[in-house]
Amino acid sequence: MPSSIEEICLKYKKGSREALLPVLQEIQDNIGYLSEEAIVYVGSHLNLPSSKVYGIATFYDHFRFVPRGRFHISVCGGTTCHIEGSMTLLREIDKLLKIHDGQVTRDGVFSLQVVNCMGACSKAPVICINGEFHTVISPDDLALLFNDIRKNQG
Amino acid sequence: MDVRDFLISEVLTSKSLIPAHSINGRLAEIRRDRIKQPVIYIGTGSCGLVAGAGKTLKAVKQYLDEKSIDAEIVEVGCIGLCSSEPLMDVQIPGKSRISFNNVDSTMVETILNDIFNGIVPSGNVLGQFLNPLHEAWTSVEDISMLPFFRYQHRIVLANCGKSDPQSISDYIARGGYQTYLKCLNNYTAEKVCDIIDESGLRGRGGGGYPTGRKWKTAHNSVSDQKYLVCNAAESDPGAFMDRAIIEGDPHLLLEGISIAAYAVGATKAYIYIMADYQQAIKNLKLAIAQMKEYALSGYNIYRSGTDLQINVVVSPGAFVCGEETALINSIQGKRAMPAPKPPYPAIEGLFKKPTVINNVETLANVPFILRHGPQVFNSIGTVNSKGTKVFAVTGKSALTGLIEIEMGTTLKDLIFKIAGGIKNDKHFKAVQIGGPSGSCVPEQQLDLPVDYESLWEAGAIMGSGGMVVMDENTCMVDMVKFFMNFLQQESCGKCIPCREGTRRIHEILENITRRPPSETGHEVLERFKGIMQLDGLAEVIRDTSLCGLGQTAPNPLISAMKWFRDEFEEHVFDRKCRAGVCKELRVFYIEVDKCTGCVACLRKCPTNAIVGQPRQPHFIIEDKCIGCGICYDVCKFVAITIK
Repeated sequence: MPSSIEEICLKYKKGSREALLPVLQEIQDNIGYLSEEAIVYVGSHLNLPSSKVYGIATFYDHFRFVPRGRFHISVCGGTTCHIEGSMTLLREIDKLLKIHDGQVTRDGVFSLQVVNCMGACSKAPVICINGEFHTVISPDDLALLFNDIRKNQG
Repeated sequence: MDVRDFLISEVLTSKSLIPAHSINGRLAEIRRDRIKQPVIYIGTGSCGLVAGAGKTLKAVKQYLDEKSIDAEIVEVGCIGLCSSEPLMDVQIPGKSRISFNNVDSTMVETILNDIFNGIVPSGNVLGQFLNPLHEAWTSVEDISMLPFFRYQHRIVLANCGKSDPQSISDYIARGGYQTYLKCLNNYTAEKVCDIIDESGLRGRGGGGYPTGRKWKTAHNSVSDQKYLVCNAAESDPGAFMDRAIIEGDPHLLLEGISIAAYAVGATKAYIYIMADYQQAIKNLKLAIAQMKEYALSGYNIYRSGTDLQINVVVSPGAFVCGEETALINSIQGKRAMPAPKPPYPAIEGLFKKPTVINNVETLANVPFILRHGPQVFNSIGTVNSKGTKVFAVTGKSALTGLIEIEMGTTLKDLIFKIAGGIKNDKHFKAVQIGGPSGSCVPEQQLDLPVDYESLWEAGAIMGSGGMVVMDENTCMVDMVKFFMNFLQQESCGKCIPCREGTRRIHEILENITRRPPSETGHEVLERFKGIMQLDGLAEVIRDTSLCGLGQTAPNPLISAMKWFRDEFEEHVFDRKCRAGVCKELRVFYIEVDKCTGCVACLRKCPTNAIVGQPRQPHFIIEDKCIGCGICYDVCKFVAITIK
């Protein structure tokens, strides 16, 4: 188990229920996702059954249980992006990378997530790859974009 | 004297609210009205960053380095005109501040070159901020006279995009926190509750419950510990008012929270904010740290005997978290599931203690009311809805962004006067108010004034303030399907009507918009049965759900069926989508004269619905076609058309 999970847990009081969500968030920020061992360890630290920890974690959209790909694609699923065709983008990504919302490509390069409105409604549809925004994007641009990324990372 | 000591001794601890004449000059310097070196403001709110403000910022820094110009760069929040981002304002000493829109990194050099030479650049000029201290630019329009700003009434957004959100001194120099200290010193908590009650402020989160009454309930309940919670869990797709307020003017919110906490007697305040709002969380945490630095939070604030601690709680995100009781559960580390009311949170809330939960915008109104008095606030708005409301206007309107209007302004004015009508000269169809659980308002209802009662009578709700403008190219069935999909994903699962009902509605709508391979089987029956059941289903969900999410979930469906029934019927009976959005309902055919028989479409067709010999025109077998449109995309000769 990465020592950081223990370290993070130690920052919070043992057995305090309100610490559950902050602990899980901090672990995810550090390690990138919630592994099985992290959930078990958090459970034992906070005196909660791991099933309960897992149950609560899966309730919220924010937690991931598989690591992200090296390039994380967020597709804006806000109302305006929907009107402007974000579904077509999703279909195209599905076709090109063979992944759905919340999945990672087999080679671990790309992962995909549909997120709530990013607030760039005037430049819809918007996708964001590792913090870099691509606005007014059309399905045709996607193939080029992914090829570029694949080429650059070798 | 350094800025902090100066502001504490001369402004915060001074008896009068109007600063003494002798310190006016220094205050003007602090809020950058009087400057010695040029100041460049860049809108780096989330919307600006998405539009490319990061690159613009870099280009500006590079330009200043290259030319070795000594200028200050200030990162400001969103002024509300999101469709013109990235925005860059330049202020040179003695001249008024001038604003440029759509500034991408390549234009920075030209614009700055011109402006530093005292010339107004030819393009991208938005307007100037007039100020008696400065000389105005000739032939540049006053920014507040632009239609977008002229018809707005800004209380909450007054300083968003203008002042520096990362600086508490700027906020204090504009009069901030003095109201809070005035309350602590001169008013009893009861008096503050009375003032808010008298002002007629109502919750801006959607319900519209009178804020003063809520505060009084909590104030009057006896407990050793009370809490104040600021609800910034804004997860409605297409609403971003709260984020803009926090990013653009975090201290306004914090002052509102401080006053509210004093009024209800809470010594701990929580701000419950979405995890996606990274920029807002960053600004908020910085602002809270600055408050401590100025001794505005902590113990015995300015010797008043009042304690206050403000904590940020980051929400791991779910739409239902915005519901009061669900939010309380979430802070306590449980699933965000709503609980039955009563007991109301104001009597038994967080950790079983009296808790007041207010929306960001509600709290942001509080400093204004106490500063100017309840009568001033009371005079704005309509009989029962006082003050202003911020809307996040998105969709097909020419301008999109944040619009703060006086209550009672008509939708027509909002959409056509302020937001500039529909873009690309398309025809207006409807506007969705109140997000996924709101309702759509059609063209014939556009004269509706925006206030709680009028909207309620028209079957719509104010909601939190999301407003999506739709034109003729938007399919209402698809829109309702989108909202239902969102709601069925976000339903917490506690009540069966909401959990299963929204799913059933979504399934029925899917059936309506899907093209079955044959029109003979049970699918047709399902489709008709479905459409007959929709009304009843919607009613059951509305009447039997526990929380607001469930009770309002069928709203988009009910309103769309009311106003756009013909469109639903067209989908069901004629299998046609007039907007062309429902992809599967499209019928493709091949124009014989244009088809060269290249077999490109024939090879790609996933259902082998296209037949033909090479170099001979092809045909589409309609029964086999699923309407995916791949053939339409691959055809190089424009031979495939949509019927």
